[in-house]
Amino acid sequence: MYAQMIKSEATQDDPEKLAAFQARIDAGDTIEPKDWMPEGYRKTLIRQIGQHAHSEIVGQLPEGNWITRAPTLERKTILLAKVQDEAGHGLYLYCAAETLGVSRDELTEMLLDGRMKYSSIFNYPTLTWADMGAVGWLVDGAAIMNQVPLQRTSYGPYARAMVRICKEESFHQRQGFDIMMKMANGTAAQRRMAQDALNRFWYPSLMMFGPSDQDSVHSAQSMKWRIKMNSNDELRQKFVDQTAPQAAFLGLTVPDPDLCWNEEKGGYDFSQPDWDEFFDVLRGNGPCNTERLAEQNRAWDEGKWVREGLMAHAAKKNAQPIAAE
Amino acid sequence: MDAKFEFLCRMGDSTLILGHRISEWCGKAPVLEEDIALPNIALDLIGQTQMWLAYAAEVEGAGHTADDLAMRRDVWDFRNLLLVERPNGDFAQTMTRQFLFDAWHLPMLQALTTSSDKRIAEIAAKAVKEATYHYEKSSEMVVALGDGTEESHARMQSALDLLWPFAGEAFVSDTVDHEMAATSVAPTPETLWDDYEASVKDILSRATLTLPKARFAHKGGKSGTMHSEHLGHLLTQMQWLQRAYPDARW
Repeated sequence: MYAQMIKSEATQDDPEKLAAFQARIDAGDTIEPKDWMPEGYRKTLIRQIGQHAHSEIVGQLPEGNWITRAPTLERKTILLAKVQDEAGHGLYLYCAAETLGVSRDELTEMLLDGRMKYSSIFNYPTLTWADMGAVGWLVDGAAIMNQVPLQRTSYGPYARAMVRICKEESFHQRQGFDIMMKMANGTAAQRRMAQDALNRFWYPSLMMFGPSDQDSVHSAQSMKWRIKMNSNDELRQKFVDQTAPQAAFLGLTVPDPDLCWNEEKGGYDFSQPDWDEFFDVLRGNGPCNTERLAEQNRAWDEGKWVREGLMAHAAKKNAQPIAAE
Repeated sequence: MDAKFEFLCRMGDSTLILGHRISEWCGKAPVLEEDIALPNIALDLIGQTQMWLAYAAEVEGAGHTADDLAMRRDVWDFRNLLLVERPNGDFAQTMTRQFLFDAWHLPMLQALTTSSDKRIAEIAAKAVKEATYHYEKSSEMVVALGDGTEESHARMQSALDLLWPFAGEAFVSDTVDHEMAATSVAPTPETLWDDYEASVKDILSRATLTLPKARFAHKGGKSGTMHSEHLGHLLTQMQWLQRAYPDARW
């Protein structure tokens, strides 16, 4: 997911307050920024929302990689709009995180020096135009699986950000599928690109949900707080069940010889991704980790004079009426 | 040579090339708000390109589409202003280029809303709303960064010194412009100069920046007679898929 392997924070608050808080959650109440909340809830949410925001920010890069090479004017505008949406999602999410007492700059610094992570998926390269289809179809498709239920999450600002994000994400997924259709029904070279994109993005997309968390105490705590709504395995299963027939419709082959419909469970059986690869990517050894972080750092460092210039001008403007008095 | 076709290519190629340049910033802007604003401007400009070049293709009458014109012409057939093909450079150069362009583009579009050619008037009426916002934004940015810190001021002044010689091309008439003016399709470029100079001077004085004294202007972009070396590299990237897979539909 856009937030992976989130560890919940232990909480050492007053048991009575904790019980009352849990009762509110269990009753379906929404927690707002000024409400009392356990320290663990606040810290876990900062980590989760922050990682989600960082994923939107870094997620601009693999698609931004193709904006200047988009094959038609219309495709260029659609891709521009999509990457712009991602920056907007980053902004809503940073704003949601700020309501928990952390600034956007603090979160950004933590992304840039590696203290905070972003989704593993954005450490994979986008190599052909078909990847713009595959990212929309598979990556946004996987993200939606998690984000739709999060519209009902217990923390108000996060839930509201998710409502806006989900509207745009479903548009992204549709435009991704539209690119895949064009490619899959195109020339031999385009079909080859489409199949290659599916081959490369299938397992990294399954990894987005994170490893099985059925025995994870962190997940259990987050589910109790309603900041995680479904288990990783449930969401992964749902994603495969939705996506496998779409691949068949496109005339493409999912790169998993064991993928088959299981009548009894009413879902597909499928192979797990290579979890060693997943942990390698999280440790910084994915194909693009170095480039992605270097790009973010470069943009931030080179933008320092701009941010300082804008702040200095704003300060002068604010000082003007006082000086005039 | 059809003068109207040439004129439409001048409008559409300028928005296409500038839109492309701005889109090179995606995900790499100095601050998140600019990561939202810059693609928005690029999106407007590419949208305007679609309208200008679609009409250009109709006027040309050779069975081309807007995409054919954008993706299959070589450097010598492009008619954009030299200013817009300048590389992004630092953020100061990008914003200064945008401001010098917007300060021309906005009054040009305003004039075109009364064009004798109904279709041009309609395109201009739609584009002028976007150009108004672009001008507001780029002029505010020039003021803020010119007036910001010592470093931001110095960078903005260098950008202005570098790019000012590319601002004048838009205001020099040739036979295409004369024909457009004679048929009331478009204003004579020179008639826009006084207001341009006045608005640029106003913004620059608020930005504490100094307009270079020299009035020299490079030319060759809108006539297509001499583009810079930069345009070929831009087209290499922009047109690559269409040229590598000429039979494909995207």
